[in-house]
Amino acid sequence: MYPPKFDYHRAGSVEEALAMRKEHDGKFLAGGHSLIPVMKLRLADPGCLVDISRIDNLKGICPDGDTVKIGALTTHAMVASSGEVPEALPEAAKMIGDPMVRNRGTVGGNVAHADPASDLPTVLTALGASMQITGEDGSRSVGADDFFTDLFETVLGEDELLTGVTVPAKTAGTGTAYAKLPNPASRYAIVGAAASISVADGKCTAASVAIGGLLPATTRANAVEAALVGQEMTDANIKAAAAAIADSLGDDVMGDIHASADYRKAMAPVMIARAVKTAVGRA
Amino acid sequence: MKVSITVNGKAYTKDVEPRTLLTDFVREHIGLTGTNIGCDTSQCGACTVHMDGMAVKACTVLAVQADGSDVTTIEGLASGGELHPMQNAFWNEHGLQCGYCTPGMIMSSVKLVENNPDITEDEIRHGLEGNICRCTGYQNIIRSIQAGAAAMGGGD
Amino acid sequence: MSKYVGQSLKRVEDPRFIQGKGKYVANLSLPGMGYMAIKRSPYAHATINSIDASEALALDGVIAVFTGEDLLADGIGPLPCGWQVPDLKIPVQNAIATEKVRHVGDRVAVVVAESPYIAADALDLIDVDYDPLPAVTDAKAAAQDGAPLVHDEIENNVSYVWELGTKDEYEAALNDSDHVIELDLINQRLIATAMEPRACVAQWNSFTEDMTLWTTSQNPNLIRVVMSAFTLQVPEHKLRVISPDVGGGFGSKLPHYPEEILVPWAARKLDMPIKWVSTRSEAAVSDTQGRDHVTTAKMAFNNDGKITGIGVETWANNGAYLSLVAPLIPTAFYITLLSGLYKVPAVYGKAIGTLSHTVWVDAYRGAGRPEASYLLERLVMMAAQKLGMDGMEFRRLNAIPADEFPYQTPVALSYDSGNYAGLFDKAEELAGYADLLQERDAARAEGRVVGIGIAGCIEASGPAPSAVAGALGGVTGFWEAGTIRLHPTGKVTVLTGSHTHGQGHETTFAQIVADELGIPPEDIDIVHGDTAVITNGMGTYGSRSASVGGSALVVAARKVRDKAIKLAAHQLEAAEEDMVFNQETGDIYVNGAPDRATSIGAMAFAAYTAHNLPEGMEPGMEEDAYYDPANFTYPNSAHIAMVEVDKDTGETKILKYIAVDDVGNVINPMIVEAQISGGIAQGVGQALWENTVYDADGQLLSGTLLDYAVPRADGFPDFKIDRTITPSPHNPLGVKGVGEMGTIASTPTIANAVMDALEPMGISHLDIPLTAQKLHGAMQGTAVSAD
Repeated sequence: MYPPKFDYHRAGSVEEALAMRKEHDGKFLAGGHSLIPVMKLRLADPGCLVDISRIDNLKGICPDGDTVKIGALTTHAMVASSGEVPEALPEAAKMIGDPMVRNRGTVGGNVAHADPASDLPTVLTALGASMQITGEDGSRSVGADDFFTDLFETVLGEDELLTGVTVPAKTAGTGTAYAKLPNPASRYAIVGAAASISVADGKCTAASVAIGGLLPATTRANAVEAALVGQEMTDANIKAAAAAIADSLGDDVMGDIHASADYRKAMAPVMIARAVKTAVGRA
Repeated sequence: MKVSITVNGKAYTKDVEPRTLLTDFVREHIGLTGTNIGCDTSQCGACTVHMDGMAVKACTVLAVQADGSDVTTIEGLASGGELHPMQNAFWNEHGLQCGYCTPGMIMSSVKLVENNPDITEDEIRHGLEGNICRCTGYQNIIRSIQAGAAAMGGGD
Repeated sequence: MSKYVGQSLKRVEDPRFIQGKGKYVANLSLPGMGYMAIKRSPYAHATINSIDASEALALDGVIAVFTGEDLLADGIGPLPCGWQVPDLKIPVQNAIATEKVRHVGDRVAVVVAESPYIAADALDLIDVDYDPLPAVTDAKAAAQDGAPLVHDEIENNVSYVWELGTKDEYEAALNDSDHVIELDLINQRLIATAMEPRACVAQWNSFTEDMTLWTTSQNPNLIRVVMSAFTLQVPEHKLRVISPDVGGGFGSKLPHYPEEILVPWAARKLDMPIKWVSTRSEAAVSDTQGRDHVTTAKMAFNNDGKITGIGVETWANNGAYLSLVAPLIPTAFYITLLSGLYKVPAVYGKAIGTLSHTVWVDAYRGAGRPEASYLLERLVMMAAQKLGMDGMEFRRLNAIPADEFPYQTPVALSYDSGNYAGLFDKAEELAGYADLLQERDAARAEGRVVGIGIAGCIEASGPAPSAVAGALGGVTGFWEAGTIRLHPTGKVTVLTGSHTHGQGHETTFAQIVADELGIPPEDIDIVHGDTAVITNGMGTYGSRSASVGGSALVVAARKVRDKAIKLAAHQLEAAEEDMVFNQETGDIYVNGAPDRATSIGAMAFAAYTAHNLPEGMEPGMEEDAYYDPANFTYPNSAHIAMVEVDKDTGETKILKYIAVDDVGNVINPMIVEAQISGGIAQGVGQALWENTVYDADGQLLSGTLLDYAVPRADGFPDFKIDRTITPSPHNPLGVKGVGEMGTIASTPTIANAVMDALEPMGISHLDIPLTAQKLHGAMQGTAVSAD
């Protein structure tokens, strides 16, 4: 399969990328591992691509006090081997695609693509990450909670570029984890759950839980979080709290040939419980 | 657009359409047909090559993205007339049948082992999640990679 | 007397593959070549009102666009069906559809352009005006009154009805036996997914009027016959078909494909070489698919554990058109196998072959025999459960005793040889069956969902005695041809009509010939896959290459050897019957006088110099053989697996897999074992993951590898593989065939293991694939809402 024709421009800086995009009405190309396959299937025909993959300062993982900055062009392989970010991130990055995909696919490309079955959006939401966005008029920061809006949709404007994500540094007393039920063919998430759990004296003092794969956009599991906080982190309590997801899934749960909406609903508490339990073990 | 890519140690400069895939660059533009194409959704791994020292799926890389890169294909793996230990291992352990997935499988395996010299069977099985073989049931591919890892100097 | 047969020689074909030098069709590039792309229907059923190619033709780099009307105007014939059961209704299939399309992917037009990129662009510019029509995709629903007709002339979409067996006895068994169990099951449709997508390159020589076609086929000689006689109609002596290295087939590269007509037809029309390479997505809607049965099966048995009768009614979905041997699969390759390894007095089967608005269905690894084994072994497990008997004991009790071979079944076949009790014994021992049962029970006591599955399977391989095939509907013969050319210098060229696309014939056939001639394998070249070189051949399918193709080489080699011995006797002035041939060295000497010696190599030279030949002997040392087997061969197997189902998610993990197979004598143990392990993985794919899903409108929902779950390495444990050997008595090698056994056995083995795991929950049967969702739903006692 062959992609349709397009014009190609290579940007050397964020400013140049934004200007090129505007001038040619193009689309940004990073690792290309979300975009090129859909172009080959002729499901996308952007007409013009602005290659941002050589903007070196967008690549890398930088601890910065109590946060860690992950450049948009950081590959999944780099995240997978990073010891500086909360455990859930490398754990999820190792589950993306396969080793070759992880060598090319980038955090920014993945996040901006906002595939509901993707792993990183769920983890970033649970971690309370913020997305760094640059536009012509300057930069802004948007919390992951607000960033993912719908199926393949985010708050990113056409004239904006996602330059990186910022996540909290690992903190003593807090553990994070990601659990996923993969589609047996694509290995994307049928359901993915991420948790960040703070524990003191065996009890949960703070919880942030997100779920993906089954809704148009990754979603915080507020009811589960509320049910966790203050509880002893026993298997039974975790399971009971995870079950609270049932009421907050609404009518938008998706189904396909691999997993019906009902099956996904049934898997949501299972994956949440697994993520929470692992996170507690790491806290 | 003009791109310059070093393939198996030889520099090539070619004028290509921006949409040219790296698979087509190596197969059609410079005639190295060892890199096979088995799917169109980046699943099968038959097209795996090394780009700047990393295994990548050449069907999902544009030639323009590889401009200035150093690419190794299956044809460039042997050196000085000597097969790479992983190539020998696939031959010795009957790690292939129809041979179509084999170039990608070998290129992928070399990096799996280079990155993890003491790789376990479980790690190999998971490490091959991006390489599909329909013939072997993977049994002898696993044995080949274990033998290849030993020959490459890792393991015990 | 074998030096090479039985040895695990490394494969001689591998150096080219491991260095990226495989000669696949897609690698071929000819000067001035044009690239074809095919416009395919997005609808499962629609009327074609008009096709407007003007925009495509205007695109820079587009050379031509052709439609079905162009094809018919040139007198290109419809695709034939090569297996004609009685009263078969054959729908017309032209290489490009006209008037109507009948499945998603049906061909509507072709583009030829200067590059594959431009050809792909041009497809988007062809405007086809359709009127969509209602579609039917299910084998049984297609035959119901009021179902949309796939072809107006074929009533109720029923192409054939075929029956075999002892119906009266079977019905009596249902009445007279202590128990009858009935099972409705679906054997789901599969997509073969050979890793190399199909491809064709054609070159026309307008001066000599010769056509050369390179195609990814399992049987190039057969394709040439069909193309010459029916479709392209280039005379056979002017048509050369080459199948070089082919990247897997599994049956999907057996049929004659429309693209094999379109590419050479366009090459001639445009007088330029043309290349077409399928994409994976295109393969999903154009390669023949496999299985797709809807079946009701019954088994009668008594309290003593003896099976008394088996009967089935199967609705077999053939897709929108009949592929080359499609009617064979649910008939003579299926119903004949229903008695399995067991002594069953009454067996009866009926197959109804229907047409639907889906991609056509033909042979897929095992082809009919896996469908039979799967349902039989499900019934066997359920019967044993009903009686509270151990599955191994039940199978051993019903197995045909070793002293009853040849064994005539009630469904036409005469099994050649076997020791089925011995097979079960060995599997039991290798698996540590008693310990395995304890392990399962211990796991269950911990609340884990663990089960053990067994399957004992048989296969009729090595098709086929030509007269039998002819009586059952085969249009062609099913022999194999081989030629041994012993060169003056003692080197050997072997020509075979078999085709290797992963099986390793270049190695194993050399082992066979080496032992017959006393010449080392490195001095023997195996040539296959080119009709200009290979006189004749029937190709590779049905695990036939060793038993039929290999036997042809044995017969031809023995003719060569006999000639060499006769010549040696003449030159050494001894009687022919006094000559001794040393198969290890190729030396020929006079019995009792080893110094009066020569060698087969020396005799080859002498045969070509022809200075001193016996009276009447022709010069040269080259012999042909056509080998028509006396019977099918009957590989058999006992496989055991232990699985664990994740209670929470329904995912299945295979904990252990043990396979014992009797494939007769073994030429190369390394290759045989690998054929089994590859087969196991494919059969497990059917049991757990793979499914071809069409929606109600006939759209294929599993058309890419993002949705069609081909097994990956992390889905398996290390398989434990061993064998028993009962040689086939009727071929000179004593081989039975190994290509399909693993696949046939592993689907029921895994299905039975999963059902055993769920048995404590009162679940007795679920249809394959046993997906996580399906198992989870069953464990929760909820209906499975989508699949």
